[in-house]
Amino acid sequence: MKRKIRSVRTWGPGLLLVSPSILLIGFFVYGLIGWSANISTTNQNSRFERTAGTAADAHIGLANYTNLFSSPDFIQSLKHLGILAVFYIVGALFFGMLWALLLEKGVRAEGLFRAVYLFPMAVSMFASGVVWNWLLNSDTGAGASGLNQLFEMVGLGFLKNHWWVSSPTWGIAAIAIPAVWQLSGYIMALFLAGFRGIPADLREAARIDGASEFQLYRHVLFPQLSPIALSALIILGHMSLKMFDIIMAISGEKNVYTSVPMVTMWTLTGQQDFARAAAVAIILLVFVGFLVVPYLVHNARQEKNT
Amino acid sequence: MTTDVIPAAAPSELHRKVKKTPRSQVARTVKYLLLIFFLLVVLIPAYVLVVTSFKSFGEALGPNRWALPSGLSFEGWSAAWSELSPALFRTMLIAIPAAVISSMLGAMNGFVLSRWRFPGANVVFTLMLFGMFIPYQAVMVPLLEFLPMTGLGRGVPQLLAVHVVYGIPICTLIFRNYYQTTVPMELIEAGRVDGAGLLRTFRSLILPLSLPGFVVTMIWQFTSVWNDYLFAVFLSSRDNGPVILGLANLAGSQIVPYPEVFAGALIVTAPTLLVYIVLGRWFVGGLMAGAVKS
Repeated sequence: MKRKIRSVRTWGPGLLLVSPSILLIGFFVYGLIGWSANISTTNQNSRFERTAGTAADAHIGLANYTNLFSSPDFIQSLKHLGILAVFYIVGALFFGMLWALLLEKGVRAEGLFRAVYLFPMAVSMFASGVVWNWLLNSDTGAGASGLNQLFEMVGLGFLKNHWWVSSPTWGIAAIAIPAVWQLSGYIMALFLAGFRGIPADLREAARIDGASEFQLYRHVLFPQLSPIALSALIILGHMSLKMFDIIMAISGEKNVYTSVPMVTMWTLTGQQDFARAAAVAIILLVFVGFLVVPYLVHNARQEKNT
Repeated sequence: MTTDVIPAAAPSELHRKVKKTPRSQVARTVKYLLLIFFLLVVLIPAYVLVVTSFKSFGEALGPNRWALPSGLSFEGWSAAWSELSPALFRTMLIAIPAAVISSMLGAMNGFVLSRWRFPGANVVFTLMLFGMFIPYQAVMVPLLEFLPMTGLGRGVPQLLAVHVVYGIPICTLIFRNYYQTTVPMELIEAGRVDGAGLLRTFRSLILPLSLPGFVVTMIWQFTSVWNDYLFAVFLSSRDNGPVILGLANLAGSQIVPYPEVFAGALIVTAPTLLVYIVLGRWFVGGLMAGAVKS
């Protein structure tokens, strides 16, 4: 950065080479977000609900937003989203860290364990949702199938439950199971790379100083992993907010047990209620923005300083 | 970073002399038991898919759904294949060009943003990166209005276009990280002294070094386009869209014929799983780059 600003003739061609992408991202990301925000303040709702006498594209301010936030269904879907996100994030962090800890010192057949733990990441979320629909079958009686039948078979019958139909509020937590299954391997890979990136001398030094294994992890290794833990948190956070495929595959749309904003947005689009669909999407964008923007700015700053 | 993926444990850790006390033996056994237990748990869905797909429709509804099939039945597979095969080709038509074009754009951007910077390059990069985190629903309603205006047909052409555009940020990120760690600034400077301009530097110095970067971005893009459900369901339908919608249709029927649906899920998953098995190392490279930090 301190180098003298070189002439336009030097950097100009570079800017030119990137300009198609700048224009595409400028329009398809920022332009269309603006367009969405604009639609969300109009009256482009389905014919049945449009206020009598107003044109379809009349601007009605934030009415769509107040309408959503005063709808018990939408509030319920936000609650679902919160519960789902917490179970999703905590679950994937827990198993990811556990597997990384089990593997990090090197074990026999490490490659095999890693490959299997990570393989769900290569599978389409929708395709895995199809099999989780079977696994999370809610029947607990004599005709139980899926995981409930497996529990019965291995003598863990007390674990049988109704999964996502067990409670209209908390049942959604069951949907976190397939998500955790899918993402934990990824988090393991991140932490494992983190552990392996810590210089071996650091461990040696701590051991020579008489640190127990527990102290070694607690005071030497874990602090080194905090940037990775932050990345993992951001990745899991924004993915959990966007959950759509798995829910559509497991319980389908218009399901009161598993309603989340992104599924609602799909339903509204199908009903040609474009204004409210856009409003839901913008609300979610704001959530994601709160999570991701500080992180991106932080990263950009840090890079500048190095 | 993109290619070294996960390094092995340090030799000093692997061969560290730990006294073989009974306690450490127990700890070792518990560790392996846990590893094997989790291995089996992770494989449960795979077991269910494969086993059920070879059952007859009748047997799949039988009393013990976890049992191995009593005999191999291809009922499910042939039904799923005739339903999904036309869409497989369409999915290739979307995923392969999308992977190639996004990767090319990503390589150009990554090169300029790391090794041929212009004032404000970092701001442009950060603004681009944001594009990979947004929920695409936030652009979906206008896309539904805008794409038909471009003259692009519904289905393959529109999906190809959106996947190319929304693939740019991640490909740019991967290449930027890659060039930052593998191409020394001195190499560029030396080229400049010899009078090499931007395009010549890119073509004759950078591109020959870029193969590992391309493998990572192509795999990443191919996998995420192939597995995409969101754009597919909004912008296309079963008769003109990718194979995932065929699977959704199978799974959405009133009485779900599980052998057929599961055979279908395996057909849909096969290409990306094959890529993972054959090129896993580079797949992980893409995942790591997705974490932004290099």
